[in-house]
Amino acid sequence: MTFRPGRIAVHIALILYTILALGPILLILINAFKTRRAIFADPLGLPNGQTWTTIGFDRVFANSDFGLYFFNSLTVTLVSLVLIVLIGAMAAWALTEYKFTGNTLLSLYLAIGIMVPIRLGSVSILRMMVELNLVNTLTALILVYVAQGLPLAILILGEFIQQIPKDLRDAARCDGVSEYRIFFSIILPLISPAIATVAVFTMVPVWNDLWFPLILAPGDGKQTITLGVQQFIGQYVTDWNAVLASLTLAIAPVLVLYLLFSRYLVRGLTAGAVK
Amino acid sequence: MTDLTAPSVQSTDVVPARSRFPLHIAVFLAPALAIYTLFSIYPLIDTIRLSLYAGDETGARSFVGLQNFQTLLSDPNWSGQFWNALRNNLVFFAIHMVVQNGIGLGLAMLLSLPRLTGGSVYRTLIFLPTMLSVVIIGFIWQLILNPLWGIAPSLLKAVGLGSFFGPWLGQESTALLTVSLISVWQFVGIPMMLIYAALLNIPDDLLDAATVDGAGPFSVFWFVRLPLILPTLGVVSILTFVANFNAFDLIYAVKGALAGPNFSTDILGTFFYRTFFGFQLQVGSPTMGAAVATAMLVIILIGVLIYLFGVQRRLQRHTF
Repeated sequence: MTFRPGRIAVHIALILYTILALGPILLILINAFKTRRAIFADPLGLPNGQTWTTIGFDRVFANSDFGLYFFNSLTVTLVSLVLIVLIGAMAAWALTEYKFTGNTLLSLYLAIGIMVPIRLGSVSILRMMVELNLVNTLTALILVYVAQGLPLAILILGEFIQQIPKDLRDAARCDGVSEYRIFFSIILPLISPAIATVAVFTMVPVWNDLWFPLILAPGDGKQTITLGVQQFIGQYVTDWNAVLASLTLAIAPVLVLYLLFSRYLVRGLTAGAVK
Repeated sequence: MTDLTAPSVQSTDVVPARSRFPLHIAVFLAPALAIYTLFSIYPLIDTIRLSLYAGDETGARSFVGLQNFQTLLSDPNWSGQFWNALRNNLVFFAIHMVVQNGIGLGLAMLLSLPRLTGGSVYRTLIFLPTMLSVVIIGFIWQLILNPLWGIAPSLLKAVGLGSFFGPWLGQESTALLTVSLISVWQFVGIPMMLIYAALLNIPDDLLDAATVDGAGPFSVFWFVRLPLILPTLGVVSILTFVANFNAFDLIYAVKGALAGPNFSTDILGTFFYRTFFGFQLQVGSPTMGAAVATAMLVIILIGVLIYLFGVQRRLQRHTF
């Protein structure tokens, strides 16, 4: 370990930026557990014996269906992810493995969805969901999110499938194994590492989205957590304890999951960028 | 879909077939194509079609050609709001390009220094805000900048800038800049990661060769590393462009659908929402909403085409 003043300046710059990035989030987390008086008197202090309270959380749980919203978000996100990975892998496999006319054209057709935001079709999506009687259902959200997530997932999974050695499937084909079984018993288990990468690009935007829940499922207890928090805070603007507690409840699960899986997420992001 | 998969049946029959019946290709592709076509491509096309119609109170629709766009661009009731939203959106984008991508590039340069200790910890922590919902981030900053709480002015006072503070989110002159910077703060991790990955990919020999030839750290950056990461900067720019011209959540969470004060934070996303759903005194109109969405689509396509045919081509010529 050599002592270099240049390096220290670099660390100071990075530490300062890290504080800027984390400070606002920590501020919300620590104040969520303090009394209203302490929130205003000493916003930067940690909660202590005198100032500790969970009254905000009690009010959130008493006045909103937070558990339900959380469950809705979880359902939408997980079902969307499973469908995107499964359906996306099938399409990616077909496009990378088989040579057929229209292959390139289909790949280009699917690529439109990477650049053009599906949001711009909201007018028609809402009309369609009204006709299908799917307004205020989680199914509507799942269908839209799967359509939104597929193009990028197919691109990422396609690159991943290309790296799988050819011998494996050729050996299986010599043994007369059907194409379906090759995909479901050989290829699908092998692409599980790519799921982390697909998850970064599909789960996070789905979990955090406000637009489609607001348009397609704004009521009837079908709100996702993002919309639920937005509606809750709209009603309780002046109740600082409740607002801070609801924000903390929305942040906490993402924070825990991110810190647990950040290694995979960050690797997925940088690996995807290299391509 | 059938017309797309039908030729495949013939061609794989001609090519020495690895499989007996290529029905499986259709089976593998069908679910993805069906959902994608039905819920992504069809709505986009149908939106463009709807933008050519006008509806009346009874709900009947009639074909009006490009009249909706004429209304949008020149009718005094509409054009003021449209151009205002477009102008604000351009400012929003410009701030992201300069501040977000500038800071992202700077952080990536620092993080890619050889043998930097704790690099992955910095990366993970700085990227954290990006993972949170835009709505949550909006509320967090709304609280912090709230003069009632007073945390922002007291922090500024601590560094000697106390007199600088104002109700930034509430003033017409500063609201757009403030909202843009909140968004920059949240998403700086994305350009940082993408540029960092590109910098890691530069072979060390190249940098060593330049250093041996007497290039200082500044010329190594300017003449070796920067040209090599230009394609990534292009990708970052187009991603920023599409995300910014499609943004909505943050403004809606912080300023509501009216994008106040006095529409100073109104961007195309919030303008689209108000046009489509209506807000307070304004009645929503699906056909005008479709026209706004089509206009946004055209703007995004122009950006993507400029990137694909202008920027990316030139970059490829540059690198090879």
